[in-house]
Amino acid sequence: METQQPALRTEALCKSFGSLKVARDVTIELPRGARHALIGPNGAGKTTLINLITGEMRADSGRIALDGRDITQDPTMARVRYGLTRTFQINTLFPDLAPIEAVTLAICERERLAGQFWKGLTAHREAIDEGFEILRQLQLAEVAIRPTRTLPYGQQRLLEIALALATRPKVLLLDEPAAGVPKGESAALFSVIAALPDDISVLFIEHDMDIVFSFATRIIVMVSGGVLLEAEPAVVRSDPRVREVYLGRASHA
Amino acid sequence: MTVETPTLADPHDWLERKGRWSAFEIAFWVASLLPFFLFQTYLPLASQIAVTALFAVSVDLVLGYAGIITLGHAMFFGLGAYAAGLISKAGWGEPLTGLIFAAAFAGLVGYVASFIIVRVQHLALIMITLGLGFLTYELANSMSWLTGGTDGLQGVETWPILGVFRFDLWGYTAYGYALAALFLGLVLSRRIVHSSFGLSLRGIRENVRRMPAVGSDYRGHLQKIYTISAAVAGCAGALLTQTTDTVSLDTLSFQRSADVVVMLILGGTGRLYGAVIGAIIFMVARDQLADMNPQYWYFWIGLLLMVVVLVMPKGILGGLARLAGERD
Amino acid sequence: MISQLAIVLFDGFAFGMLLFVLSVGLSVTLGLMNFINLAHGAFGMLGGYVAVTAMRGLGLPFLAALPAAFLAAAAISILLERTLFRRLYRAGELNQVLFTIGVVFVATAMATYAFGTVQQVIQLPGWLRGSVEVAGLRLGAYRIFIIAVALAVTGLLVFGLERTRLGARIRAAVDNQRVAQGLGLDVEKIFAVTFALGSGLAGLGGALAIEIVGLDPSFGFHYLVYVLIVVSVGGLGSVAGSFFGAALLGICDVAGKYFVPEIGSFLIYLLLVAILFVRPLGLFGRR
Repeated sequence: METQQPALRTEALCKSFGSLKVARDVTIELPRGARHALIGPNGAGKTTLINLITGEMRADSGRIALDGRDITQDPTMARVRYGLTRTFQINTLFPDLAPIEAVTLAICERERLAGQFWKGLTAHREAIDEGFEILRQLQLAEVAIRPTRTLPYGQQRLLEIALALATRPKVLLLDEPAAGVPKGESAALFSVIAALPDDISVLFIEHDMDIVFSFATRIIVMVSGGVLLEAEPAVVRSDPRVREVYLGRASHA
Repeated sequence: MTVETPTLADPHDWLERKGRWSAFEIAFWVASLLPFFLFQTYLPLASQIAVTALFAVSVDLVLGYAGIITLGHAMFFGLGAYAAGLISKAGWGEPLTGLIFAAAFAGLVGYVASFIIVRVQHLALIMITLGLGFLTYELANSMSWLTGGTDGLQGVETWPILGVFRFDLWGYTAYGYALAALFLGLVLSRRIVHSSFGLSLRGIRENVRRMPAVGSDYRGHLQKIYTISAAVAGCAGALLTQTTDTVSLDTLSFQRSADVVVMLILGGTGRLYGAVIGAIIFMVARDQLADMNPQYWYFWIGLLLMVVVLVMPKGILGGLARLAGERD
Repeated sequence: MISQLAIVLFDGFAFGMLLFVLSVGLSVTLGLMNFINLAHGAFGMLGGYVAVTAMRGLGLPFLAALPAAFLAAAAISILLERTLFRRLYRAGELNQVLFTIGVVFVATAMATYAFGTVQQVIQLPGWLRGSVEVAGLRLGAYRIFIIAVALAVTGLLVFGLERTRLGARIRAAVDNQRVAQGLGLDVEKIFAVTFALGSGLAGLGGALAIEIVGLDPSFGFHYLVYVLIVVSVGGLGSVAGSFFGAALLGICDVAGKYFVPEIGSFLIYLLLVAILFVRPLGLFGRR
């Protein structure tokens, strides 16, 4: 196991806006099949880190490797094609497209069919079937042909994940997948995530500690742009620095 | 397999239905033949409308489907018009090859321009389209040895179509020719719209930020549709040249670029027949109100634009469709 | 030859300063709200016609007509902003473009109805007519006046933005709207004030422009193109950008039309496309 390449590895990622350092020497590793949580107080740089890893933001320095392949210079689109996909904290969907259209779009892009303007969409039967299967997995099959904007919020959150799955990711970065979802539903949403196949390595940001401790196998704690601690849940739970970061803030708020 | 619930529609069927020819479309094409029999005196107007509608369809492809706001698309219309005129003046008046030549030329320029277009967004994009439009206009104006300048290109001659159908004084051939071109243009466009490529274009329009996150090379898509659109616009311009045997500078004018956007708004963007219907309304209204001072014509156009934006953001056709409860 | 060049540079700079007054308001409002207001040139036209009416109808002196143009354009813009434009802030670019083009069409037609299509002329006071000899060059007195006005406007803007509370708020809102809102600033209100000031400046520019470029109902459209070039080349939300963009455009336009009249206008658009190709955010743009 030790000799195997990590699915994702960042090396000393740094990013500043002026004098504000939003990422300082972030080095993390995500082994294959990981279910890692990324936690930290607001403004710790969690979403920034995801933006850096996916290439929506360029790091000032540092390296990113996916399956041992250096992707530091690749644009977002290429990283997705290599198998590095994210979801968004705020729904970033296609409001007027039906879910089946949205996932089929992603599949056609993956299979390089999206440029074929001379062939009807329905000619790509396998893509549609695969898309429908993904929707079925995420219990979205019944709303497959309704415009996305008419779906209840919880289903839109699921569609976020469906869209990411349609790219056939090796590494999936979930930015607060349950953001805005009522507590009762978020556990259900996370059981969907837990049920993802083992060959997908998952890193998720989540604020609800109950969920973090029940779903994550390891936890990365970030504070003001840097990694404070990376450890197993039990260790994180009892670490005094983590307590201080959270309780300290809580007493301020 | 899992058990299917009864409410579950088969996605294949549903997608298939979206791409099917509707009764409305068939009725429309039947009606498009009426000018041959009922309104012969309006045949020249009818062919102008068909040309303009094809141009509007080309703009809808970039504006309505890909979300590129262009205020300079007359550039491609005009380039096509001049290309067709010049090849005819050079001694080759065969219309079909002339049309293809013009479309290829406009498409080539569109392809080159697309590298600039995909680099910019927002105001800069509007300015680039505007700037390229003015640039082309001024270029044609200053190259009067080639283009005839403000006098326009005279002495264009177009041979009979397929060597058989002569362009007659009443405009039967011209209308038939323009209508056939419009039909083919729409067949091509609806093919694009209902393809996987068309789906990606809708994705770009709906949420461009998501596109790279699903692995899409959306800039490549934009370049492709921009090139196709330029070729179709060039084709429309060439049709105008071949059916009127002249080319004037105003084929390149900003006015033409702005008018076509107005037509799209009237008919509704992102629905191919919206472009056609908008062109019909606009051209017929202008023909009927030809005696009106152009300034006042634009007063009403301006007022209409304001009202449409405030009241029916999806265009008149879109507004009517919503009233009728049509889902699209 | 050298003196010719100097004159062209001077005239170009004066024209550029005129464009600066016309466009700086749009640059700031665009930077604030991303609201694409193609009717900005129409406010310039409005100012021009107000000045003409004030001087010929009411017999006001030129120096009184200028503030009248400013105030009238500002007042009308507040009215339009509060009733119509504010509905469009979240309406998407296309709708903003279409709506404001509609406003220009209507304004053009109304100007034609009220004043006809003839070029308007105004009688300048004696001290602004003729030319002044500076270092062996005969410089138009009115152009010197325009440059002085533009520099005064620049000074006031820079002072206002850097030193006043409103200015600080505007800068904060341009930099980051969300942060500004988080700090409890009422961005819409800031915008309304900025919009009025910017439109007022456009009105002032329109009044100043009559003597240089004339005034007819096509003004709103014709100078819109120049204004947009200044804004997009200079970069949104930047006073300095607008200043240099306007100076550059003014000089290139005058020089181009003077030295290579056949392709003068062509060069302007080539410059525009080239600059935006290399720097899509404009020369001074940061976003």
